[in-house]
Amino acid sequence: MPLEIPKDKWPGSVRTITIGATPEEGGTRACTVTVGGETTMPFLHFEGEIPHRPVVAIEIRDRRPDDWSPLLLETWGEVVNDPAAWAKAAEEAGADLIQLSLSLTDGDGETTTPEAAVAAVRAVLQASGLPLMVFGPGQAEVDNQLLVAVAEATAGERLVLGICEDKNYRTIVATAMANGHLVNARTPMDVNLAKQLNILISDMGFPLDRILMDPTTAALGYGIEYGFSAMERLRLAALQGDAMTQFPMLVTPGFEAWKTKEAKVGEEVPAEWGDWLERAVHWETLTAVTLLEAGADILVLRHPESVRRVKAAIDDLMTVREVEAVA
Amino acid sequence: MALTGIQIYKLLPKTNCKDCGFPTCLAFAMKLAAKQVELSACPHISEEAKAVLAESASPPIRLVTLKADGYEVKAGNEVVLFRHEKKFYHKPGFFIRVRDDASLDQIRERVAATDAYTVNYVGMDLTLDGFAVESASGDPTTFSQAISAVRAVSQRPLILMSRDPGVMAAGLQAVNGEAPLIYAADADNWEAMADLAKQHQAPLAVFADSLEGLADLTQKIKAKGVEDMVLDHGARDLGTSLARNTVIRRLALKKTFRPLGYPIIAFPGDAGDAAWEAILAAHAVAKYAGFIVLDHTAPEMLYPLLVLRENIYTDPQKPIQVQPGLYEINDPSPEDPVLATTNFSITYFSVANEVEGAGLPAWLLVTDAEGMSVLTAWAAGKFDAERIAKDVRRFHVPDKVHRKRIVIPGHVAVISGELEEELPDWEVRVGPREAVDLPTYMKEALV
Repeated sequence: MPLEIPKDKWPGSVRTITIGATPEEGGTRACTVTVGGETTMPFLHFEGEIPHRPVVAIEIRDRRPDDWSPLLLETWGEVVNDPAAWAKAAEEAGADLIQLSLSLTDGDGETTTPEAAVAAVRAVLQASGLPLMVFGPGQAEVDNQLLVAVAEATAGERLVLGICEDKNYRTIVATAMANGHLVNARTPMDVNLAKQLNILISDMGFPLDRILMDPTTAALGYGIEYGFSAMERLRLAALQGDAMTQFPMLVTPGFEAWKTKEAKVGEEVPAEWGDWLERAVHWETLTAVTLLEAGADILVLRHPESVRRVKAAIDDLMTVREVEAVA
Repeated sequence: MALTGIQIYKLLPKTNCKDCGFPTCLAFAMKLAAKQVELSACPHISEEAKAVLAESASPPIRLVTLKADGYEVKAGNEVVLFRHEKKFYHKPGFFIRVRDDASLDQIRERVAATDAYTVNYVGMDLTLDGFAVESASGDPTTFSQAISAVRAVSQRPLILMSRDPGVMAAGLQAVNGEAPLIYAADADNWEAMADLAKQHQAPLAVFADSLEGLADLTQKIKAKGVEDMVLDHGARDLGTSLARNTVIRRLALKKTFRPLGYPIIAFPGDAGDAAWEAILAAHAVAKYAGFIVLDHTAPEMLYPLLVLRENIYTDPQKPIQVQPGLYEINDPSPEDPVLATTNFSITYFSVANEVEGAGLPAWLLVTDAEGMSVLTAWAAGKFDAERIAKDVRRFHVPDKVHRKRIVIPGHVAVISGELEEELPDWEVRVGPREAVDLPTYMKEALV
C-alpha cells in the first residue's frame, strides 16, 4: 500500500545570516559562519530545506571565571587565565565560533574598563581566526560602555554584540550599525516580547540580515519547557510568514546548565544524582539537544565533551536520508 | 478525526421521522457532530452506521496501557504535534532492558537496583516504569527463568522481547495472567505473534523497517482481532527516527490514518554508547515516543532523563505553582533574615532546598508572581517592589521578625531602591542571582 508522506507547505523561511568577515570582506577572520535559511521545522529534510547546519560556539571569558564550576576550570586548565590561549584551545576543541564574555570587574574588583575589554577582544581576534561573538556582563550601562568601545575598535569584523535587550538596544544597535556588526536580541522566554524587540530594532533601520534572536531558554529542570515551547512557536511563526520572527535563534545551554546545582556542585548532593562530571555533561548536552530539536541555530556551550556530543548529534540530524529508507 | 455533520447525515436513515426528538435527520447529525447528543437517541440507525460512527469517535492514536500489580504505564491518546497547542498527555514509560544470557543473580541485582531507583525533583519522587526482558539465548526455558527472576524482584510492568513465537509463548507462560507488551511481530512471525497476543489479551509491538511495511502489518494483525499495538519503525539514528516519528504522528492526527495510529517504542540503548543513548533517549522524550527502552542505568543519566520527561510533559497552560505565603525554613527566630522569591515551583524548590540543605534558618517569603520565575515575573511586572511590599504586609511578616532584613534575588537588584521606599523601616539586601549561591551569601554577607 503506497503511503503518502504528509508535508506542510510553509510560506515563510528563516533569514540567512553570516557572522564574521574575511580580509576580502573587510574583516580579519579566517572563515565565516552562516546560519538560518530553514524552510521547515527542525531537521525535517523530507519537507523543506535546511541549507546551513546549526553551529556550536564555545564560551570563553576575559579573565578566570572564579564562579564557574571547578569541573570546567579543571578541564580548561591554565588557559582560563589568558583569553587568547583559551580561544585557541576552544578552536581545537571543535568550536565553530567563539563567544567571549566580558566580566563585570577585573581581578582587583574594579569595573572592567573599555580599554581592557578592547584589549581582550583584540587578543582573541589575533589568536583565533574563528568568527567572534562578544557579550557584555549583562548590566545595561556597563554593557553599553564596553560594547561600544569594542564595536568601534573592530569595525568591519561582523562580530555578534550581546546582550542587546529592551533596556539598551538603542546603544548596541546604533554601534553595530555604525561599525558593521550584528546583534543578539535577547528577551525572557516570551514570543511577543521577542517579536517586539525585533520590531524596535528594525524600526531603527538596522539591516535584518544582522539580527540573531535569543529567546532565553533556562536549563533542563529549571524551566526548559518554557524556552522549548517559545522557540517552537517562534519558528512556526517564522515559517508561517511573520517577518519579525524570521531570525536564526542563538541559545546558551552552557551558561544555563552550568549554573544549576546539578552541574555546579559535587559534594553533599543526593546519591541518586550519580557521578558529578558525567551528570554535568549530560545536563549541558541534553539541554542543548532539546533546544536543537526546538530550532536552535547557534548553541553556546562550555565543556569540550558536551561540544563533541552535541556536534555528533548535529551531524546525525543534518544527514539527509529518505524517510522510508533506514540508514 | 471526528466526522462532520454532513458526513454523519449520510449515515443516518434520512427519513426525518423525529423519533430522536429533532425535527430533521440533518439537525440530529449536527448535534451529533457537536457531541451534544448520543447516537442511541436514533432508534433506526443501521449496524453499519453505528460501527463507522464508533470508529470515527475513537482517538487517532490508540491508548495502550501496560498494567501490573497496581503499576500502570499509558501511552497514546496524544492530540497535538507541539506541546503549546494543548499539552502532551502520557509521559513515555522508561523500561530497563535485561537479557537472558546474564546470570540470574546478575539479573536480580540489576532489576532490584533500578526498581528501587527514586530521585526527588521539585518535591516529586521520580521512578522508572518497568523492565524489558530480551531473549538473547534463544532458549525458551532460559527466557522464562529470566522473566521469573525479574518478577521475583519487581512487580512493575514488563516488555517481553523475542521474535521467536515459541520462545515468546514460554515467556508469556512464566507470567501467566499478566498482559505484558509482546515485542515483536514482524513480516515473518506476525500470525503466530498475533495469536499469542489474543490468547493473553496482551498488547503487541510491531516491527518493520519502513512505514509502509508497518502499516501493512498492523492492518493484517488488526484483521486477526488484535487491537492494542505499539510501533517500532526500525530507525535507530536521530534523523530518521525524528522524521518517522513526525510522519507517524502527523498521519494519525491530521489524516486519521488508523494503520499508524498507535504509540511508538524507541530503543536508544541499541546505540551501545552511553553518551549517545542519553541523547537518543532525550530526543525520544521530546519527539513522540510512548515507550523508551534503556540499557544503561547510571543514575547520572537516569536523573536528567526523568527530569526532562517531567518538563516536556508539564501542562503549558498551568505553570506549576506553590502557594504564596511565608514559609519557615529550619525553625527561624525573629532575628533571622527574610528571603523573597516567587511562587514558580522550580524557583521555590531551588531556594528552599539550598537554604534547608545548608541548615540555615530563614523566613522564605513566596510572593504571588502568578507562577513565574524571578526574571520572567519581573519582566512581566509580577515581581516588583510594590508586589513584594504588599505580600510582606499580607502575610504579616513584621509580626514574625524583629530584625527587619529582606533579601531580594540578584536578578532584580534594580528594584532595591523602590523596595526601600515601599518598606521604609526595612534593610533591603541584594542576594545572589542563583539559588545555589545562597548558602555562601547567607554565611558571609548576612551575619
